[in-house]
Amino acid sequence: MTRPRPLQTAGRPAEGPLIELTDVRTHFATERGLVRAVDGVTLTIQRGRAVGLVGESGSGKTVLSRSIMGLLPRRGVVRSGSIRFEGTELIDAPRSTLRSLWGREMAMVFQDPMTSLNPLMRVGEQIAEPLRIHLGQSRAEARDTTIRLLTEVRIPSPAERLRQYPYELSGGMRQRVMIAIALACGPTALLADEPTTALDVTVQAQILALLSEERRERNMTLVLVTHDLGVVARHTDEVAVMYGGKVVERAPTAALFRRTRMPYTEALMRSIPTVDDPPHTRLAAIPGRPPDLVEPPPGCRFAARCAYARERCHAEEPSLVASSDDPDHHYACWYPVGTVEPVALRPADPAAVG
Amino acid sequence: MAGTGTAHLRDADDIVLRVEGLVVEFPVGRTGLTVQAVSGISLDVRRGETLGLVGESGCGKSTTGKLLMQLLRPTAGSVRFDGVELTTLSGEALRRARTRMQMIFQDPISSLNPRRTVRDVVLEPLRIWKRGTAAEQSAKVDALLAEVGIDPARAAESRAHQFSGGQCQRISIARSLVLDPTLLICDEPVSALDVSVQAQVINLLEDLKAAHGLTLLFIAHDLAVVKNISDRVAVMYLGKLCEVGDCATLYRAPAHPYTRLLLDSIPIPDPAAPDVPVTADGEPPSPVLPPSGCRFHPRCPAATELCATTEPTMRPVGDDQFVACHHPLVAGLT
Repeated sequence: MTRPRPLQTAGRPAEGPLIELTDVRTHFATERGLVRAVDGVTLTIQRGRAVGLVGESGSGKTVLSRSIMGLLPRRGVVRSGSIRFEGTELIDAPRSTLRSLWGREMAMVFQDPMTSLNPLMRVGEQIAEPLRIHLGQSRAEARDTTIRLLTEVRIPSPAERLRQYPYELSGGMRQRVMIAIALACGPTALLADEPTTALDVTVQAQILALLSEERRERNMTLVLVTHDLGVVARHTDEVAVMYGGKVVERAPTAALFRRTRMPYTEALMRSIPTVDDPPHTRLAAIPGRPPDLVEPPPGCRFAARCAYARERCHAEEPSLVASSDDPDHHYACWYPVGTVEPVALRPADPAAVG
Repeated sequence: MAGTGTAHLRDADDIVLRVEGLVVEFPVGRTGLTVQAVSGISLDVRRGETLGLVGESGCGKSTTGKLLMQLLRPTAGSVRFDGVELTTLSGEALRRARTRMQMIFQDPISSLNPRRTVRDVVLEPLRIWKRGTAAEQSAKVDALLAEVGIDPARAAESRAHQFSGGQCQRISIARSLVLDPTLLICDEPVSALDVSVQAQVINLLEDLKAAHGLTLLFIAHDLAVVKNISDRVAVMYLGKLCEVGDCATLYRAPAHPYTRLLLDSIPIPDPAAPDVPVTADGEPPSPVLPPSGCRFHPRCPAATELCATTEPTMRPVGDDQFVACHHPLVAGLT
């Protein structure tokens, strides 16, 4: 099937920083105290790149992506630092600034296609809405664009799909509709938060291929938020690994996998079962569980679970620094992989198992 | 298959569970239609073996687990467990047989009673079946809790919500073992857990299987997890079995195009891995109106007219590998 040319890709600078985060902190006020969900993230995302944001639940990856989008509630959230999008400061930016960016400049695809679509609105109307609001298209123009978008995300018989409601579509089809909505106004940056986690493995492969293709054709910046290292390996240019609200390692994707420096990243890779290992291969599980973000431990937040940790790790917090042999490879660790011998961890406190 | 047949069933003395021609039908609203969520499944599991049952959502793998436990009653077919036909049992006899087969579920937090301490939750089966004195019951529960890595003292004063997901799954596992079962049916036991915790629970299941001489049926959608824990694997698609065989063989040389598609779809955590083009498009169709012939034929790159008209049956394609396909990915058999 010949695919229509994407919208609005001309006249965009091809290089340079797009999203600049400086010491971003997003804390939530709860009954237990302040939850430091994102706790000092400094990160620059270059135009046209695909960046993976990887971490387990509670690492702060979703809160960070929503902080960039400005999607968190105003009340009960304490934020600081700087989030600049094309030079515009977004921390505490008025709603009107965010509205002018949503859709045309940045858009988001959410994890759960079942609950992220309006169940009472036909699919066609949901895709046409941003076109009419952000691009000021007429009803007829929006309808034509919608059919083009549905064709582009490979939804068969798009003209009929327009009239359907989300419940009439499968999970994979709904996620394609979500992507069509996000792409509708030709955004400069697309943030995808676990876009394939709710989908089956065969459908996941199709959706990831679609996102990569769209990014290349539109020269779009893609931030792919996921817990799955397998997902970022083939679909990103660089990866930032998050743990306990911080970025603990950041590198070009190939370098991250080839020369892992942060013990947490190494442990995460080793704990995943792969189809290359024979059955009953003992998994290198990470003992314990992620830190409490109300009272994070002093020192490195991974120290309690780390096989390389020494005294200093429990007392002093390492900052994210560039590797001496690769200026693009950053890690936050006193004793990166390969510099000290692993030590046996203290026998796990039974109460500390995950 | 997506086809039928029993060629893959084994004739051995140590078969713990033997399922033949299992079917369950549900009515579809008030349409008068029915859907066969499980449509003629046959399986067997030997003592001490781990059988992995793998497939995408909606293929009927969890329903199969519930049918084996008789939590759902099959429309047709037979389930023999330790030589006893379960489908005809009811009441006291069924409850008694079920003490030797236990189940753990996907969502560890919601499968524990939120109002009781987790120690009580683990103890309850012993109380119900009046196994031992109160002191013996206590000792057994504390030992099991310690074995799964939960502090018995904390378990005695805490409820499920005070534990993490991984800890709740450990507690569920302790509960399932307290009556000394033969067979443990694990329905997606690690898919709700974080990757770093997933490995802990998989290792724990392997340890407990060895220590307690368990037989496992491990139901999951994650092919890498299934490969890690299984001795033998059965692949399901739309209510039917596609392929059954020795775990290492099936992953090394899948004979069914659907197994191949599943394996090719796994994202490999290696940026240097060669790109595998996705061979099939589309998604599993609705089981309400399943495709004729082989249920996989509309998505299958190897499908011919035969596949659209005739349902394939299980046949051997090697040492302990069976496939229900007219055109298996095996030289000389197509």
